[in-house]
Amino acid sequence: METVLFILFGAIAVCGAIMVVTRKHPMASALYLILTLFAVAALFVLRQAHFLAAIQVIIYAGAVVVLFIFVIMLINVPEDRLPVERATTMRVLGVLAAGFFILESAVLARRFWMPIGPVAEVGTVEAVGRALFTDYLLAFEITSVLLLAAVIGAIALAKRKI
Amino acid sequence: MIAPSAYLLLSAILFGIGVVGVVARKNILIILMSVELMLNGVNVAFVAAGSYLGDAAGGVFAFMVMTVAAAEAAVGLALLIALYRLKETVDITELKVLKW
Repeated sequence: METVLFILFGAIAVCGAIMVVTRKHPMASALYLILTLFAVAALFVLRQAHFLAAIQVIIYAGAVVVLFIFVIMLINVPEDRLPVERATTMRVLGVLAAGFFILESAVLARRFWMPIGPVAEVGTVEAVGRALFTDYLLAFEITSVLLLAAVIGAIALAKRKI
Repeated sequence: MIAPSAYLLLSAILFGIGVVGVVARKNILIILMSVELMLNGVNVAFVAAGSYLGDAAGGVFAFMVMTVAAAEAAVGLALLIALYRLKETVDITELKVLKW
């Protein structure tokens, strides 16, 4: 059962990701991105990471992608002014490098195959909360500074006149 | 039960597809979305390795990566709006003022 679910959601995630990078219009890419994020959230549930799955749906699909869609509709580039993709040498080399990276990781994963082990509940509310507010408290507090800087930076950049 | 290596392989595939999007596309919006894909692939590896090793750091760092992704998306899209106002284009090959 778990194997079937893993293959199903893994295939959905990979197909959605391929669609994200191949669609011409960014709106179609954003919708396929939501599909991929939901499939990854389902994979988190398979690893007993329920809290992270909920956060994935709420923050990524609910906030980040909505922000993307807002911007796509705000700047509203006409269909005929979308950039035309052309295969230059650099691009082909980049795609080949990425393919080589995937192949290399497949070879490494086969060579050092980890046996099926215990699935510890490290992504539940209790486990994440306990670690976040004890061992990683400083990192958590610094995250709030990062978010404050991002908010100020976003407003300062997008404002016409400060 | 699924071996953790399968998750790590899936994570590498998602990351690789994100790299393809970043290097091969010209639309800035799609490049930003591909960066999100790459961060998501890394999260899959964090969660799988964390639950395999029984270390809560996996979950915590996946959480941190999500925070960074949200901040990155906000700042990146603000930059994009400022650029579009200036240049009226989303094509990165036309943005080469800093290219020597």
